[in-house]
Amino acid sequence: MTDLVLPWLGLVMLGLCGTAAMAAVSGDRAAGLGSLVACGAGALAALLHLLAGAPEARLAVPLGLAGRSGLLAIDGVSSLFLLLVMTIGVAASAASLDRHGPPSATAPAFPVFLAGMALTLLAGDGVTLVLGFEAMSLASFILVATDHREETVRKAALLYLGIAGLGAVCLVAALGLMGETGVGFDAIRAHPPRGVRAVAVLVLVLIGAGSKAGLAPLHVWLPPAHAAAPGHVSALMSGAMTKVALYVIVRVLFDLAGAGQPGWFGVPLIAMGLAGAVIGALRANMETDIKAVLACSTVENVGLIAIGLGLAFAARAADLPSLAGLALGAALLHAMGHGVFKGMLFLGAGSILHGAGSRLMERLGGLIRPMPYTACAMLLGAACLAGLPPSAGFAGEWLLFQSVLSGIRLGGLGVQIAICVLAGGMALATALAASAAVRLVGVALLGRPRTPRAAAATESGPPLRWAVILLGLLSLGMGLVPSLVLGLAEPALQHLSQGGMAQRAGLLTLSPHLDGPGYLPLGVALLLGFGVAVIAAVLRARAVAGHRTGPAWDCGFGAPPPWLPNGDPATQYAGGSFAQPLRRALGVALLDADETVVMPPPDDVAPARFAEHSVDPADRLLFAPAGRLRAVISGLADRMTFLTVRQSLAVLFAALVLFLVVVAVLEQA
Amino acid sequence: MERMAIGTLSYDAAHLLGALVLALSFGLLSQRRLGPVINAYAMQAIVLAAAAAWQAHVQHAPELYLTAAVALGAKGVAMPLALHAIVRRLRIGKSVETALGIFPTMALGVALVALAVLVVLPTTTQSQTLARDDLSLALSVVLLGLLMMISRRTAITQVIGFLSLENGLILAAVSVNGMPLVVELSVAVLVLVGFVVFGVFFFRIRAEFDSLETDHLDRIGSGHR
Repeated sequence: MTDLVLPWLGLVMLGLCGTAAMAAVSGDRAAGLGSLVACGAGALAALLHLLAGAPEARLAVPLGLAGRSGLLAIDGVSSLFLLLVMTIGVAASAASLDRHGPPSATAPAFPVFLAGMALTLLAGDGVTLVLGFEAMSLASFILVATDHREETVRKAALLYLGIAGLGAVCLVAALGLMGETGVGFDAIRAHPPRGVRAVAVLVLVLIGAGSKAGLAPLHVWLPPAHAAAPGHVSALMSGAMTKVALYVIVRVLFDLAGAGQPGWFGVPLIAMGLAGAVIGALRANMETDIKAVLACSTVENVGLIAIGLGLAFAARAADLPSLAGLALGAALLHAMGHGVFKGMLFLGAGSILHGAGSRLMERLGGLIRPMPYTACAMLLGAACLAGLPPSAGFAGEWLLFQSVLSGIRLGGLGVQIAICVLAGGMALATALAASAAVRLVGVALLGRPRTPRAAAATESGPPLRWAVILLGLLSLGMGLVPSLVLGLAEPALQHLSQGGMAQRAGLLTLSPHLDGPGYLPLGVALLLGFGVAVIAAVLRARAVAGHRTGPAWDCGFGAPPPWLPNGDPATQYAGGSFAQPLRRALGVALLDADETVVMPPPDDVAPARFAEHSVDPADRLLFAPAGRLRAVISGLADRMTFLTVRQSLAVLFAALVLFLVVVAVLEQA
Repeated sequence: MERMAIGTLSYDAAHLLGALVLALSFGLLSQRRLGPVINAYAMQAIVLAAAAAWQAHVQHAPELYLTAAVALGAKGVAMPLALHAIVRRLRIGKSVETALGIFPTMALGVALVALAVLVVLPTTTQSQTLARDDLSLALSVVLLGLLMMISRRTAITQVIGFLSLENGLILAAVSVNGMPLVVELSVAVLVLVGFVVFGVFFFRIRAEFDSLETDHLDRIGSGHR
């Protein structure tokens, strides 16, 4: 059976490509149905492979450079991520069947996107990996640009394409530095890069794959792109694609670069992760577009996962296999959990966009009644987002915290202080994420509809409902029995860090140390359920029968018009007002936020206008200076056009002399 | 072929001639006036012809005599005469405007020779000693020719810089064993064509701007900005 898994998965990818061709002829439904079947087959193969202990296999395929065959390879790591991608793929394809409106010309890109992700995960050499990664990038760019008639969508897609281009340049260079072109991963493992070359690979991979994963400071494309893409596409991008990028980081740094690299290689991962976690979580509290909120929370969660990965790298280099296994296990668990619940949240957001006609919090509200399935999914996802036990989000974040707190064994006082700062930053990020989750649910789902369109919201169709139910059940299961996920991840952990989690993850318990206390998710769930039941019973017993509707506090607005006896719904707290305390407390320092109130002159009856503005620090500190540098360089290049004959000759001469100097210096070295 | 090593007559003579070519390149750079520049170029071409002839004798390669004859006839006699004629016809024999001062130019030239030696000697450890030395000399001559092209203002000195650069190429060609004659001939023809074209240009520029400064040409382009 193990010999069959790669041909089977190859057929899945071929099937996806065939689906793309079919979709080009017959439209969206074909793309959705074909992808659904192919992803189901792929998920089944990955699951069976993992259950069989993830034996390694290789398969040469006619793909890649002329005159060479590409190599597909599968092991525990690729199989685990493939299972995640294919599972979310099943749900996203099902959700795409519920798409209404005019047929989109970008439907064929959807199966190509899935095939690209699968090819990246199954690549056995650098060229195949780059092929898959770039197919994924381009297809997702096309999908982001689906509603290209809107200006914001075009801008988001172009920003995404630009960052993907930067990533491609760096990733190709990184894989080129790892070894000769077209050499399989086995040859690279035998002769991993050393010294300066290894540092260059680290930097290039962190830019190349990190930009796709949404590691700070290259995360700026995520919120606009995820907001612009259709719901099922952003579910796939956020749930699966960022994880594929993390897989590339894991594959290159943990697997191919070998165990001999210095431990400080983990530090940039931890620093980028912490920055992304805090900034992402804070921005999730500021954005008013629900999909942008979810995208910012993706930045936060990818940051947390990156912290786990960096810690695992440092621990492995410091020869602490049990800590390395713990941190890596936590990172993988959270990656799987986040993939599933964020996919579910984005599908829910897509359903809200379709059912209630808007993504803006100011236009939603009270959706829990007309959209019960979607609201349940959003509630469950928000619980995961907030890290409430016993959700899937809690299991992963709890294990991450445990591994960070165990990280004090890594070094002396300096390291321990840094670990404390790290833990504090993570706590800040998760608390902010919890606040963002409360805001999302409270403003969009609870309260009263703020617009007539939101009041007339309708639940989505059966395919999307089933997709959300599938991901919801998976997420519940992962929260209640996280050991099952860790069991599936065990081959990957053994492959990457020699220290697995097998002894520490029983069927019901999860403990960071062999003989220490652990987390009993089912017990916690029972306890919580019991507590809630008792409170509900007491409340029910003491409550007055019936209910009445009364006016809500409306912040001192004027009397509502007579046809709105319970106050104007537009005066409810909305996304912007909910965010104000955090914006004033943290936003000024981190996001450069400012608020302006424009008062009309004394005799004018025009309303006062309130405006708030904030800038992502990556925009301010990295992209704005980069833009100015680009302007300077293009100005210089422009001046080259108007050089005199002698100056042109002098430039050529200077270039020649510079070349000779470089040759001379290299020879002396 | 007799063995060439340091201390043998064949090596020393070849080395001396190559060094003379390089020295004359410095001579070109150091001259302000147009007449002496042309004369220095003629002398360089004659020494180059001698170097080619000596190589023909040493390498027993009779075709190199032809190269020597071409160098002597075309570059040592015909072109300098033609250049002198142009100078007389345009009445510009008085002075040469240098864009850089003579001293900085010479200092730059010395630095370029050092660079050429640093580049060539380590890359060619497998080759014969003479080929290595001659290659570094030739590269120096090429670089000095380029320097001449950018350090002078008038078109005619820029052309002489270009021709001197070509001398460096021929020096490199003759010092390597078995370089086919075709290459040298084609280079010579190319230079001749370039020379004719530049000659036409001189008169056009002169007729247009009443000066030979190529910087005037750029004002044509600037009109289109």
